[in-house]
Parts: sequence; C-alpha cells; structure tokens
Amino acid sequence: MSPDTWHILSVFVAFVAVLFVCGIYSILVTRNLLRTVIGIEILIKGVTLLLIVVGYITNQTGLTQSLVITIIVIEVVVMVIAGGIALSMFRNIDSIDTRNLTKLKG
Amino acid sequence: MPSLLVLIPLFGIILLNLPFRRLNEKYVFWFAVFLLSVQILFTISHHSLFWQQGMGYIDSFFKVDFAIDSLSFIMLLCIAIVSMVSLSVSRYTIPDPRERFKFINLLMIAAIGMNGIVITKDLFSLYVFLEITALSSVVLIAFQKDMNALEGAFKYLILSSIATIMMLFSIALILLVSPGTSFAVIAAALKESPNSAVIIFAMGIFICGLFIKGGLVPFHGWLPDAYTAAPSAVSILLAGIVTKVCGIYTAIRVIAFVFGFNEVIKSLFMFIGLFSILIGALAALGQKDLKRLLAYSSISQVGYIILGFGTGTALGMAGAVFHIFNHAVFKSLLFVNAAAVEKRIGSSDLDRMGGLSYRMPITGSTSVIGVLSTCGIPPLAGFWSKLVIIIALWQSGHYMYGTIAVLASILTLAYLLLMQRKAFFGKLPKELENLKDLKEVGPEFTLPSIILAMITISVGVFFPFVFDKFVVPIKSIFMQ
Amino acid sequence: MTINIILLIAMTIATLWTVMGRSLLKATLGLAVTSVVISVLMFRLDSPMAAVFELSVCAGLITIIFVSAISLVKPLTHKEAIVVSKDRMKRFRYLPLLVILFGVIAGFFGIPNDFKPIYVALANDVRTVLWSLRQFDMFGQIVIIIAGALGVVVLFREKEKR
Repeated sequence: MSPDTWHILSVFVAFVAVLFVCGIYSILVTRNLLRTVIGIEILIKGVTLLLIVVGYITNQTGLTQSLVITIIVIEVVVMVIAGGIALSMFRNIDSIDTRNLTKLKG
Repeated sequence: MPSLLVLIPLFGIILLNLPFRRLNEKYVFWFAVFLLSVQILFTISHHSLFWQQGMGYIDSFFKVDFAIDSLSFIMLLCIAIVSMVSLSVSRYTIPDPRERFKFINLLMIAAIGMNGIVITKDLFSLYVFLEITALSSVVLIAFQKDMNALEGAFKYLILSSIATIMMLFSIALILLVSPGTSFAVIAAALKESPNSAVIIFAMGIFICGLFIKGGLVPFHGWLPDAYTAAPSAVSILLAGIVTKVCGIYTAIRVIAFVFGFNEVIKSLFMFIGLFSILIGALAALGQKDLKRLLAYSSISQVGYIILGFGTGTALGMAGAVFHIFNHAVFKSLLFVNAAAVEKRIGSSDLDRMGGLSYRMPITGSTSVIGVLSTCGIPPLAGFWSKLVIIIALWQSGHYMYGTIAVLASILTLAYLLLMQRKAFFGKLPKELENLKDLKEVGPEFTLPSIILAMITISVGVFFPFVFDKFVVPIKSIFMQ
Repeated sequence: MTINIILLIAMTIATLWTVMGRSLLKATLGLAVTSVVISVLMFRLDSPMAAVFELSVCAGLITIIFVSAISLVKPLTHKEAIVVSKDRMKRFRYLPLLVILFGVIAGFFGIPNDFKPIYVALANDVRTVLWSLRQFDMFGQIVIIIAGALGVVVLFREKEKR
C-alpha cells in the first residue's frame, strides 16, 4: 500500500489500540457495574472509529457508515439492558459495587 | 421463502402485543407451539416449496440469498425442538400468565435471532443476529430478578459484548481487503492476500470471539453461572441450543465457508476441543449441584464437537454437526429432568437427593436414557455421533487425540453415573420421605422427556437410515 | 493529518479522564466528550451520517441513560467516597504509563505492511447501502429494538409482592 495510506492507518490503529487498552483495563480493574459498562462503551467506540477509518481508506464509506449506524442502534439497546440489570441489582442490595457479588464463582 | 422463518414470528409478536392483551395471554402459548411445529415440519421435508429462494416478493424484499443446506436444516430443527421443550416447561415453572406472556415473547425473539444466525450469509448480519440472541437470552436469564440471576445475566452480557466487539474488530480489518461483508465476497477476497499478518490476526480474533460465545475452556467462566442462575426453562434453552448456535454453528459456518482451513486452525480447534473435554469432565466430577454438573458436562460435550470439526475432514465435520443435534436432544432431556426434580424438592443440591426413581419413575427412567446417550453407550444416538467423530480422528491420523477422546468417555460415564446414583437410585433420604408432594411431575415435564428419550432411542436404532438421510448430505456439503 | 492527530490525542485524554475520574458523573461526561471528538473525526473522514448518529445518540442519548442510572443509585457517604477514591488511585495508577508505552510501541512499529488495501472505485452512497442493500440488518435493528423494549418491561418493573 502507499506510504500515505499506511501512515494514516498506522496512526489511527495505534490510537484505537490505546482506546482498547483503556477499555479492557477498566473492565478488568473496576468493581463498579456502571464503570464496567462504560468500559464496554469505550471498546465499541474504538471499533466504530476503526470501521470509519477503514471505510475512508478503501473508499467504501457508504458501507462502513451503514454498519456503524447499525452498531450504534444495537449499542443503545445493550446499554439500556445493562443499565436495567444494574438498577435491578441496586434495588436488591442497595449498592452497585461488584465486591458484594461473590456468591457465584466460576 | 426462508425469510418467513424470521418474518412471521416478528409479525406475530407485534400483533400479539398490540390489542386485546388479556385474550392474547391465553393463546400466545399455542401460537408459539404452532410456529415451532411448522418449523419442525418444514425442516424435516427438505424438498417442499417453502425452501425455494426468491419466491414472490417476500424474499426479494431482502435482496440477499439465504444459507439453505443440510447444515442449516439440522440447526433449524434443533432450534425448534429445544424451544418447544423450553416452552412446555415454562408452562409449569412460570405459573403467572402475564409473566409467561413476556417469557414467550422473549423466547420467540431468541428464536428469531437464532433462525437469523442460521440462515444469514453475511458476516455483519451474523453479528446483528448474534446480538439479538444474546440480548434476549440476557433478559431471559435475569427473568426472575433475584440476585444470582441478575449476576449471571450481567456476566453473560459483558462477556458476550466483548466477544461481539472482537468480531466487529475482525470485520473492520477484513474490510481492508474485501469490498463487502457477504460470505462469498470475503472468501474470494481472503484468497487474494493469504499470508498477511493483519488478516491472520483478524481471523484469530474472530475465532476467539466465537469461543467465548460457545463457552469453550479458556473462556468458560460465565457459562456455569448463567446456566445455574437462569430459570429452568431458560437453562434448557441456553444449554440445548443458544451457545451451540452462537458459538459452534457459527464457527463451523465461518471456518468452512469463509476463512477456509489451514493447519494452524485445525490444531488450534483440536487442542481447544480436547482441553474442553478434559477440563469440563474433571470439573463436573467435583460438582454438588445438579444444574452446575450438567453445565460442565455441556462444556465437555461441546469439546467433542470442536474436536470432530478440527479434523477438517468431511466425515469429522458431519460427525460434529450430528453431535450438535444429539447433544441438543439429550442435554435438554437431562435439563428437563433437573427442572422437574428442582420443582419437586425445591433445590438442585445433589446431596439432598436420593431414590427419586421410586417416586418419579418417568423422570428417573428417561434420565437413564439421557445419561447413557451422553456417555456414548450403544445403541443410543450419542454413541453413533461419538463413533463418527472418533473414526474421523483415526482416519486423519490423530491417534493420540482419538485415544484420549475415548478415554474421556469413561470420565463422562463416571460423573453422570455418580449423578444418577445420587439423585435417582439408592434410598430416599428421611427428610424427603415426609414430603407429601414428592410424586411424578405433570405432563409439561414428562411429555417432553418421553419425546426426547424416544428421539434419542430411535435415532440410535435407525442409525443407518439417519446416516443416509442426514449425515451423508452434511458430509457432501463439506466436500466441496 | 496534524489536526487529526491533535483530535486523537484529545480523544485519548478524554478517555483517560473517563476511566480514571473519581465520580461516576464525571466519567459519564468524559465519555460524552470522547464521543464528540470521535464524531468530529468521523466528519473529517468523509462519514457525515455516522458522525451525526454518533453525536446525537452516543454523546446525547447514552449520556442521558447513564446520568439517569447514576441518579437512581444511592450516593456514597463522604467517608466511603474517600476510601473508594484512594482504592481507585491505587488500582489505576499504572494505566497512563501503560497507555503511553503501548501508544509509543504501536506508533513506532505501525501495522505490518504486507497486504494491499482495496480501493472501491464506484462506491455506493450510505442511504443506498442502508435502505436498499442491507435490509436484513434493518430488520435486525427492528427486532433488537423490540427485544430492548421487552427487556425494559421485564427489568424495570418493580418486584411484585409475594
């Protein structure tokens, strides 16, 4: 591929990788349910950015944009369900700290 | 008109939710039964007009063609059977009609999602339908909203989101070389750049995501929690079909028709398969909870499927698909019986059980059939699928794997017989003797168990017929 | 390209703020800022439709969902808050180091230059793709929204008295 494309792709991929590191680190380390969900959200943002960059490079922005729109719609539903579960848990134990959730261990 | 498989349930759900809700609560069960039995009938008769693509403007609305071959027939059949069993059990375990109405709606959405996964021929649509199935399963797991259920649901939601994000990442990288996301386009594009590190990374990360979805061993942490915490009707659905369609079927479809086999993928699959068989079986040996034991057993059986698929030969893959079917049947049977026992004695702790066969003869005896089929005792169905897988291993020269797989069957026998002895044989404990309510469960449980046991026996006894009618066509689609 | 890099650095800072911020509310705002920066990047990368969606849905709607979820949770007392934030500092102190290290390594090596990205000469417009080529995905969106509605009905309903 041409040096120019390679340059754009490399820079964006590096930053997307940084987003992934942040998201995964926060999912692994945090004990708060809502923060776990925020971690997932950061990961999804990384993926959408990567898709858009790929579309820009290969000149198929039509396709990648429609994929991204679908992803965003699905993402909202996932967030609503995750929020619902967190809230139901909160109603049960009055806290959303995962330290209290030790009954089930794999 | 394969698109009707997803369209009709959706319109049904919309119509049922709009007017006359009180009335609909009565009929929703029979509506779902009707839809699922129609699906069973059509999947058994392959040559009906229903499967012809491009009929009328229903299919042309979608402008895509669907994956209609023996592989999808068998998966659609499994989906319909297991959903039907789950539906029947829910009639007893969820007594409130309003709750059951919601339950059946969600079950139908999960069925739409799984049907979509099976018939789609596009990597991105696959992601969409995986997400539908996962979300409806999450809500179903959390259905009773006690703490364990919510926790299991949350774990499942987070892990399955991570899995789908890995798949999307892989799709993004694949789009660098491919002008579209349909299977054929990607398969053609991947052939152009075979040895690129980026593309190999993309494939690897996709397969990892599928392994998380399927609950294979390095990624199995969420599975026992989710199965145990879910309501009984949902654990039947999850164990019988959801993880198999989401993880295993997609892996088979994507590897065989898009990514293509190479030595690395083969050895990875076989290694993960063997690892799952052993770890699942060893963990099952130490379990004190009936549902948890069955969950680990499920991991171990999925290991056989992946092992058979990893051979890369047509026979091995056909054996793997056949084992998916058998596993759906006998694992739902065992979970139905677990649900029946849980309903009667109020817990699924194995130490509190014993001698239940005297009080629940049908549950006890069908459970024996399920156990024997899982261990692979001839002439039941489980024996034949395991035999096909082991023959395929032997033919492709993996003698070590074959031997270990046979030996692991003994481990399976050990933990399942232990379960059977603790739960159904032996003496009835004193505390249970005084339990007046301890008698055979109603037809909501026994009818599915009897039917599933009949399927297991008849597939085993009429194996030559089944081999010609189902296994050989599957073999032939993998030959190409 | 320089502007893009500045935007990307801003995005990373916002993300770090999101992950390391002490209060959940600030974390949510950080997420919204990340979203806004990403949508500007999308504008710059010829994807206006996706950018609009990102801006309105991710930066708007999801922030609202989070804020309402947080407002329903009982706030910590002052003492607890101090303990929790100390605990967080301990657990998160390696993250910026890790991010910088990882970023430098990734930026230094780049991605392997061993394949040829395609260039689609005759690309479809996003409206054409979304409405006339990918109806199956649109159908999936409808189903998932119904699933979400049912999920809300199940999850947000108060537990019934037994």
